[in-house]
Amino acid sequence: MAKTIELEIFRYRPEEESEPTLQSYEVPFNEEWVVLDAINYIKDEIDGTISHRWSCRMGVCGSCGMMINRVPRLTCAAFLKEYYPRKIRVEPLDGFPVERDLVTDMDMFVSKLTDVSPWIIRNEGEEKPVEEGTYLQSPGELAEYKQYSMCINCMLCYAACPVFALDTNFLGPAAIALGQRYNMDSRDQGRDQRQEVIASHDGVWHCTFVGECSAVCPKDVDPAGAIQRAKLSSTADYFKDLLMPWGKRK
Amino acid sequence: MSYIRKVPNTWWLQRKPYFLFIVRELTSVAVAGYCGFLLYLMYALSKGPDEYSAAIGLITSPASYTLHMIGLLLVLYHTITWFNVTPKVLVFHLGEEKVPAVIIAGAHYAGWLATSALVAWLLLGTGTSV
Ligand code: FES
Repeated sequence: MAKTIELEIFRYRPEEESEPTLQSYEVPFNEEWVVLDAINYIKDEIDGTISHRWSCRMGVCGSCGMMINRVPRLTCAAFLKEYYPRKIRVEPLDGFPVERDLVTDMDMFVSKLTDVSPWIIRNEGEEKPVEEGTYLQSPGELAEYKQYSMCINCMLCYAACPVFALDTNFLGPAAIALGQRYNMDSRDQGRDQRQEVIASHDGVWHCTFVGECSAVCPKDVDPAGAIQRAKLSSTADYFKDLLMPWGKRK
Repeated sequence: MSYIRKVPNTWWLQRKPYFLFIVRELTSVAVAGYCGFLLYLMYALSKGPDEYSAAIGLITSPASYTLHMIGLLLVLYHTITWFNVTPKVLVFHLGEEKVPAVIIAGAHYAGWLATSALVAWLLLGTGTSV
Protein backbone atom coordinates (compact mmCIF):
# COMPACT_ATOMS: atom_id res chain seq x y z
CA MET A 1 0.00 0.00 0.00
CA ALA A 2 1.26 3.42 -0.87
CA LYS A 3 2.42 5.47 2.10
CA THR A 4 0.36 8.45 3.16
CA ILE A 5 0.84 11.33 5.58
CA GLU A 6 -1.75 13.31 7.50
CA LEU A 7 -1.98 17.06 7.17
CA GLU A 8 -4.01 19.06 9.63
CA ILE A 9 -4.96 22.36 8.06
CA PHE A 10 -6.16 25.47 9.85
CA ARG A 11 -9.53 26.42 8.38
CA TYR A 12 -11.27 29.74 8.77
CA ARG A 13 -14.09 30.74 6.45
CA PRO A 14 -15.51 33.97 7.82
CA GLU A 15 -18.85 33.55 6.07
CA GLU A 16 -19.33 30.09 7.57
CA GLU A 17 -17.72 30.08 10.98
CA SER A 18 -16.79 32.58 13.66
CA GLU A 19 -14.00 30.43 15.12
CA PRO A 20 -11.27 28.63 13.19
CA THR A 21 -11.15 24.82 13.07
CA LEU A 22 -8.61 22.19 12.05
CA GLN A 23 -9.35 19.87 9.16
CA SER A 24 -7.43 16.66 8.47
CA TYR A 25 -6.43 15.38 5.06
CA GLU A 26 -4.59 12.23 4.06
CA VAL A 27 -2.18 12.82 1.20
CA PRO A 28 0.25 10.50 -0.60
CA PHE A 29 3.68 10.54 1.01
CA ASN A 30 6.23 11.38 -1.60
CA GLU A 31 9.92 11.70 -0.68
CA GLU A 32 10.38 14.66 -3.00
CA TRP A 33 7.36 16.58 -1.85
CA VAL A 34 7.49 19.70 0.24
CA VAL A 35 4.58 20.77 2.45
CA LEU A 36 3.47 23.21 -0.25
CA ASP A 37 3.14 20.29 -2.73
CA ALA A 38 0.92 18.50 -0.26
CA ILE A 39 -1.28 21.58 0.23
CA ASN A 40 -1.50 22.03 -3.54
CA TYR A 41 -2.44 18.35 -3.86
CA ILE A 42 -5.24 18.84 -1.34
CA LYS A 43 -6.46 21.92 -3.16
CA ASP A 44 -6.35 20.22 -6.60
CA GLU A 45 -7.51 16.72 -5.72
CA ILE A 46 -9.38 16.68 -2.42
CA ASP A 47 -10.80 20.02 -1.36
CA GLY A 48 -10.74 23.03 -3.64
CA THR A 49 -12.03 25.37 -0.95
CA ILE A 50 -8.65 25.72 0.80
CA SER A 51 -7.00 29.13 0.42
CA HIS A 52 -3.24 29.61 0.62
CA ARG A 53 -0.58 31.83 -0.90
CA TRP A 54 2.39 30.73 -2.95
CA SER A 55 4.16 31.61 -6.13
CA CYS A 56 7.75 30.69 -6.95
CA ARG A 57 8.04 27.27 -5.27
CA MET A 58 11.75 27.92 -4.83
CA GLY A 59 12.28 30.06 -1.73
CA VAL A 60 12.47 33.36 -3.57
CA CYS A 61 9.10 35.08 -3.51
CA GLY A 62 8.52 34.74 0.23
CA SER A 63 4.76 34.22 -0.07
CA CYS A 64 4.37 30.63 1.18
CA GLY A 65 5.37 31.13 4.82
CA MET A 66 3.18 29.26 7.33
CA MET A 67 3.40 27.72 10.76
CA ILE A 68 4.40 24.08 10.36
CA ASN A 69 3.99 22.24 13.64
CA ARG A 70 4.15 25.64 15.36
CA VAL A 71 7.40 26.75 13.68
CA PRO A 72 7.30 29.44 10.98
CA ARG A 73 8.75 28.04 7.74
CA LEU A 74 8.56 28.46 3.99
CA THR A 75 6.26 25.60 2.99
CA CYS A 76 8.15 25.26 -0.30
CA ALA A 77 11.35 24.53 1.62
CA ALA A 78 9.95 22.12 4.23
CA PHE A 79 10.04 18.50 3.07
CA LEU A 80 7.37 16.01 4.12
CA LYS A 81 10.11 13.51 4.92
CA GLU A 82 11.36 15.78 7.71
CA TYR A 83 8.11 15.04 9.53
CA TYR A 84 7.02 11.61 8.29
CA PRO A 85 5.44 9.53 9.85
CA ARG A 86 4.25 12.25 12.25
CA LYS A 87 1.32 14.32 11.11
CA ILE A 88 1.90 17.88 10.01
CA ARG A 89 -0.14 20.78 11.28
CA VAL A 90 -0.23 23.80 9.00
CA GLU A 91 -1.46 27.16 10.28
CA PRO A 92 -1.26 30.73 9.03
CA LEU A 93 1.70 32.76 10.27
CA ASP A 94 1.38 33.70 13.95
CA GLY A 95 0.91 37.31 14.94
CA PHE A 96 -1.10 38.34 11.88
CA PRO A 97 -4.88 38.51 11.50
CA VAL A 98 -6.27 35.61 9.45
CA GLU A 99 -8.29 36.52 6.39
CA ARG A 100 -9.17 32.99 5.33
CA ASP A 101 -7.64 29.59 6.02
CA LEU A 102 -3.90 29.96 5.58
CA VAL A 103 -4.02 33.49 4.24
CA THR A 104 -3.06 36.31 6.61
CA ASP A 105 -3.66 40.02 6.38
CA MET A 106 -0.21 41.51 5.85
CA ASP A 107 -1.11 45.22 5.60
CA MET A 108 0.46 45.80 9.00
CA PHE A 109 3.77 44.44 7.75
CA VAL A 110 3.75 46.48 4.56
CA SER A 111 3.14 49.71 6.45
CA LYS A 112 5.99 48.91 8.85
CA LEU A 113 8.30 48.42 5.88
CA THR A 114 7.43 51.82 4.45
CA ASP A 115 7.82 53.41 7.89
CA VAL A 116 11.60 52.90 7.77
CA SER A 117 11.94 54.73 4.40
CA PRO A 118 13.64 51.81 2.67
CA TRP A 119 15.32 53.70 -0.13
CA ILE A 120 18.50 55.69 -0.52
CA ILE A 121 18.09 59.13 1.00
CA ARG A 122 20.51 61.93 0.10
CA ASN A 123 20.89 65.25 1.85
CA GLU A 124 19.26 68.11 0.07
CA GLY A 125 21.50 69.38 -2.69
CA GLU A 126 23.86 66.41 -2.41
CA GLU A 127 22.13 64.30 -4.96
CA LYS A 128 24.38 63.36 -7.86
CA PRO A 129 23.05 64.42 -11.25
CA VAL A 130 22.31 61.47 -13.54
CA GLU A 131 24.97 62.63 -16.04
CA GLU A 132 27.64 62.10 -13.40
CA GLY A 133 26.84 58.42 -13.26
CA THR A 134 26.20 56.05 -10.39
CA TYR A 135 27.52 56.21 -6.82
CA LEU A 136 30.50 53.93 -6.62
CA GLN A 137 30.89 51.45 -3.83
CA SER A 138 33.74 49.16 -2.83
CA PRO A 139 33.21 45.44 -2.20
CA GLY A 140 33.85 46.18 1.49
CA GLU A 141 31.12 48.80 1.56
CA LEU A 142 28.75 46.37 -0.14
CA ALA A 143 29.61 43.67 2.41
CA GLU A 144 28.49 46.00 5.21
CA TYR A 145 24.81 45.73 4.29
CA LYS A 146 24.52 42.91 1.75
CA GLN A 147 23.26 40.36 4.25
CA TYR A 148 20.35 42.64 5.20
CA SER A 149 19.43 43.13 1.57
CA MET A 150 18.73 39.41 1.11
CA CYS A 151 15.35 39.66 2.87
CA ILE A 152 12.45 38.24 0.83
CA ASN A 153 9.71 39.70 3.06
CA CYS A 154 8.38 36.28 3.98
CA MET A 155 7.42 37.49 7.48
CA LEU A 156 8.64 34.31 9.18
CA CYS A 157 10.63 36.51 11.56
CA TYR A 158 7.46 38.31 12.66
CA ALA A 159 5.68 35.01 13.19
CA ALA A 160 8.60 33.81 15.34
CA CYS A 161 8.69 36.96 17.47
CA PRO A 162 6.72 36.75 20.73
CA VAL A 163 7.14 40.49 21.25
CA PHE A 164 5.30 41.19 18.00
CA ALA A 165 2.62 38.60 18.81
CA LEU A 166 1.97 40.32 22.14
CA ASP A 167 2.14 43.87 20.81
CA THR A 168 1.74 44.40 17.09
CA ASN A 169 2.87 48.03 17.42
CA PHE A 170 6.43 46.70 17.49
CA LEU A 171 8.20 47.72 14.30
CA GLY A 172 9.56 44.19 14.11
CA PRO A 173 12.59 42.29 12.80
CA ALA A 174 12.41 42.59 8.99
CA ALA A 175 11.55 46.30 8.98
CA ILE A 176 14.42 47.16 11.33
CA ALA A 177 16.82 44.97 9.35
CA LEU A 178 15.71 46.78 6.21
CA GLY A 179 16.29 50.13 7.88
CA GLN A 180 19.78 48.95 8.84
CA ARG A 181 20.32 47.82 5.27
CA TYR A 182 20.01 51.45 4.14
CA ASN A 183 21.69 52.95 7.20
CA MET A 184 24.80 50.91 6.50
CA ASP A 185 24.84 51.69 2.80
CA SER A 186 27.70 54.07 2.04
CA ARG A 187 25.51 55.90 -0.51
CA ASP A 188 22.81 56.71 2.02
CA GLN A 189 22.49 59.78 4.26
CA GLY A 190 19.06 59.11 5.75
CA ARG A 191 19.97 57.55 9.08
CA ASP A 192 18.82 60.50 11.21
CA GLN A 193 15.46 60.43 9.49
CA ARG A 194 15.05 56.69 10.04
CA GLN A 195 16.20 56.92 13.66
CA GLU A 196 12.93 58.63 14.57
CA VAL A 197 11.16 55.36 13.84
CA ILE A 198 13.91 52.83 14.57
CA ALA A 199 15.07 54.30 17.90
CA SER A 200 11.53 54.96 19.12
CA HIS A 201 9.84 52.98 21.85
CA ASP A 202 8.04 50.79 19.31
CA GLY A 203 11.31 50.38 17.45
CA VAL A 204 14.45 48.60 18.64
CA TRP A 205 13.78 49.15 22.35
CA HIS A 206 10.77 46.88 22.23
CA CYS A 207 13.01 43.97 21.31
CA THR A 208 14.01 41.66 24.17
CA PHE A 209 16.42 39.65 22.02
CA VAL A 210 14.64 36.32 21.94
CA GLY A 211 16.64 35.66 18.78
CA GLU A 212 14.11 33.39 17.09
CA CYS A 213 13.67 35.80 14.18
CA SER A 214 17.20 34.99 13.07
CA ALA A 215 16.78 31.28 13.77
CA VAL A 216 13.82 30.97 11.38
CA CYS A 217 15.09 33.32 8.66
CA PRO A 218 15.44 31.32 5.42
CA LYS A 219 17.96 33.84 4.00
CA ASP A 220 20.32 34.27 6.97
CA VAL A 221 19.51 37.95 7.18
CA ASP A 222 19.96 37.86 10.96
CA PRO A 223 17.41 40.53 11.89
CA ALA A 224 18.15 39.96 15.60
CA GLY A 225 21.73 41.03 14.96
CA ALA A 226 20.54 44.08 13.01
CA ILE A 227 18.32 45.13 15.91
CA GLN A 228 21.05 44.74 18.53
CA ARG A 229 23.47 46.73 16.40
CA ALA A 230 20.86 49.45 15.98
CA LYS A 231 20.43 49.51 19.78
CA LEU A 232 24.16 49.91 20.19
CA SER A 233 24.43 52.78 17.70
CA SER A 234 21.33 54.48 19.16
CA THR A 235 22.93 54.32 22.58
CA ALA A 236 26.14 55.76 21.16
CA ASP A 237 24.07 58.61 19.67
CA TYR A 238 22.55 59.28 23.06
CA PHE A 239 25.92 59.58 24.76
CA LYS A 240 27.34 61.68 21.95
CA ASP A 241 24.42 64.09 22.30
CA LEU A 242 24.85 64.14 26.06
CA LEU A 243 28.58 64.73 26.07
CA MET A 244 28.82 66.90 22.99
CA PRO A 245 25.46 68.65 22.61
CA TRP A 246 27.08 71.17 20.27
CA GLY A 247 28.38 68.53 17.85
CA LYS A 248 25.92 67.72 15.12
CA ARG A 249 25.70 64.16 14.02
CA LYS A 250 26.19 63.40 10.39
CA MET B 1 -13.70 39.98 8.85
CA SER B 2 -10.19 38.97 9.75
CA TYR B 3 -9.74 36.68 12.68
CA ILE B 4 -7.27 37.72 15.41
CA ARG B 5 -5.74 34.84 17.31
CA LYS B 6 -5.04 35.35 20.99
CA VAL B 7 -1.61 34.61 22.39
CA PRO B 8 -1.98 32.07 25.22
CA ASN B 9 -0.28 32.97 28.51
CA THR B 10 1.67 29.75 28.15
CA TRP B 11 3.30 30.78 24.84
CA TRP B 12 6.75 30.49 26.40
CA LEU B 13 6.12 26.86 27.32
CA GLN B 14 5.21 25.85 23.80
CA ARG B 15 8.65 25.87 22.22
CA LYS B 16 12.07 25.21 23.68
CA PRO B 17 13.75 28.42 22.40
CA TYR B 18 11.04 30.54 24.03
CA PHE B 19 11.39 28.65 27.28
CA LEU B 20 15.16 29.08 27.30
CA PHE B 21 14.68 32.78 26.59
CA ILE B 22 12.39 33.19 29.59
CA VAL B 23 14.87 31.30 31.77
CA ARG B 24 17.62 33.65 30.57
CA GLU B 25 15.46 36.66 31.43
CA LEU B 26 14.62 35.28 34.87
CA THR B 27 18.25 34.60 35.70
CA SER B 28 18.76 38.37 35.77
CA VAL B 29 16.75 38.34 39.02
CA ALA B 30 19.50 36.15 40.51
CA VAL B 31 22.18 38.52 39.19
CA ALA B 32 20.40 41.57 40.66
CA GLY B 33 19.71 39.69 43.90
CA TYR B 34 23.36 38.80 44.33
CA CYS B 35 24.41 42.39 43.67
CA GLY B 36 22.00 43.44 46.42
CA PHE B 37 23.53 40.84 48.70
CA LEU B 38 27.06 42.14 48.06
CA LEU B 39 25.87 45.68 48.79
CA TYR B 40 24.43 44.43 52.05
CA LEU B 41 27.80 42.89 52.96
CA MET B 42 29.50 46.22 52.33
CA TYR B 43 26.89 47.95 54.42
CA ALA B 44 27.50 45.46 57.25
CA LEU B 45 31.24 46.07 56.96
CA SER B 46 30.70 49.81 57.29
CA LYS B 47 28.75 49.22 60.50
CA GLY B 48 31.71 47.68 62.25
CA PRO B 49 33.13 44.27 63.15
CA ASP B 50 30.09 42.97 65.05
CA GLU B 51 27.63 43.53 62.22
CA TYR B 52 30.12 42.15 59.76
CA SER B 53 30.85 38.93 61.61
CA ALA B 54 27.10 38.43 62.05
CA ALA B 55 26.72 38.72 58.27
CA ILE B 56 29.60 36.30 57.71
CA GLY B 57 27.93 33.89 60.13
CA LEU B 58 24.86 34.06 57.91
CA ILE B 59 26.86 33.16 54.83
CA THR B 60 28.45 30.06 56.27
CA SER B 61 25.16 28.34 57.04
CA PRO B 62 24.22 25.26 54.94
CA ALA B 63 21.17 27.09 53.60
CA SER B 64 23.44 29.85 52.36
CA TYR B 65 25.74 27.31 50.64
CA THR B 66 22.75 25.83 48.84
CA LEU B 67 21.53 29.27 47.81
CA HIS B 68 25.00 30.17 46.61
CA MET B 69 25.20 27.02 44.48
CA ILE B 70 21.80 27.71 42.90
CA GLY B 71 22.77 31.34 42.41
CA LEU B 72 26.03 30.32 40.77
CA LEU B 73 24.23 28.06 38.28
CA LEU B 74 21.77 30.80 37.37
CA VAL B 75 24.48 33.41 36.96
CA LEU B 76 26.56 30.99 34.85
CA TYR B 77 23.57 30.37 32.59
CA HIS B 78 23.03 34.12 32.33
CA THR B 79 26.64 34.82 31.50
CA ILE B 80 27.08 32.03 28.99
CA THR B 81 23.86 32.74 27.08
CA TRP B 82 24.74 36.43 26.86
CA PHE B 83 28.37 35.92 25.92
CA ASN B 84 27.27 33.58 23.15
CA VAL B 85 25.15 36.28 21.52
CA THR B 86 27.75 39.06 21.75
CA PRO B 87 28.94 38.43 18.15
CA LYS B 88 25.50 39.52 16.97
CA VAL B 89 25.91 42.92 18.59
CA LEU B 90 29.60 43.53 18.04
CA VAL B 91 30.42 43.24 14.39
CA PHE B 92 33.88 44.27 13.25
CA HIS B 93 35.47 44.11 9.87
CA LEU B 94 39.14 43.56 9.24
CA GLY B 95 39.45 44.84 5.72
CA GLU B 96 36.61 43.11 3.93
CA GLU B 97 36.50 40.14 6.27
CA LYS B 98 34.17 39.97 9.21
CA VAL B 99 35.87 39.11 12.48
CA PRO B 100 34.64 35.55 13.20
CA ALA B 101 32.04 35.08 15.92
CA VAL B 102 34.24 32.73 17.94
CA ILE B 103 36.84 35.47 18.35
CA ILE B 104 34.30 38.01 19.62
CA ALA B 105 32.67 35.56 22.03
CA GLY B 106 36.10 34.12 22.87
CA ALA B 107 37.39 37.55 23.88
CA HIS B 108 34.53 37.81 26.38
CA TYR B 109 35.32 34.40 27.83
CA ALA B 110 38.99 35.34 28.03
CA GLY B 111 38.09 38.55 29.87
CA TRP B 112 35.89 36.57 32.23
CA LEU B 113 38.67 34.07 32.89
CA ALA B 114 41.22 36.84 33.51
CA THR B 115 38.91 38.68 35.92
CA SER B 116 38.10 35.47 37.78
CA ALA B 117 41.81 34.62 38.00
CA LEU B 118 42.54 38.08 39.37
CA VAL B 119 39.83 37.78 42.00
CA ALA B 120 40.99 34.27 42.92
CA TRP B 121 44.55 35.50 43.25
CA LEU B 122 43.48 38.42 45.42
CA LEU B 123 41.44 36.18 47.70
CA LEU B 124 43.54 33.05 47.81
CA GLY B 125 46.95 33.71 46.36
CA THR B 126 48.09 36.56 48.56
CA GLY B 127 47.97 34.36 51.61
CA THR B 128 45.58 36.58 53.55
CA SER B 129 42.31 34.98 54.51
CA VAL B 130 38.99 36.76 54.68
S1 FES C 1 6.58 29.77 -2.91
FE1 FES C 1 7.97 31.42 -3.15
S2 FES C 1 9.11 31.28 -1.32
FE2 FES C 1 7.88 29.53 -1.20
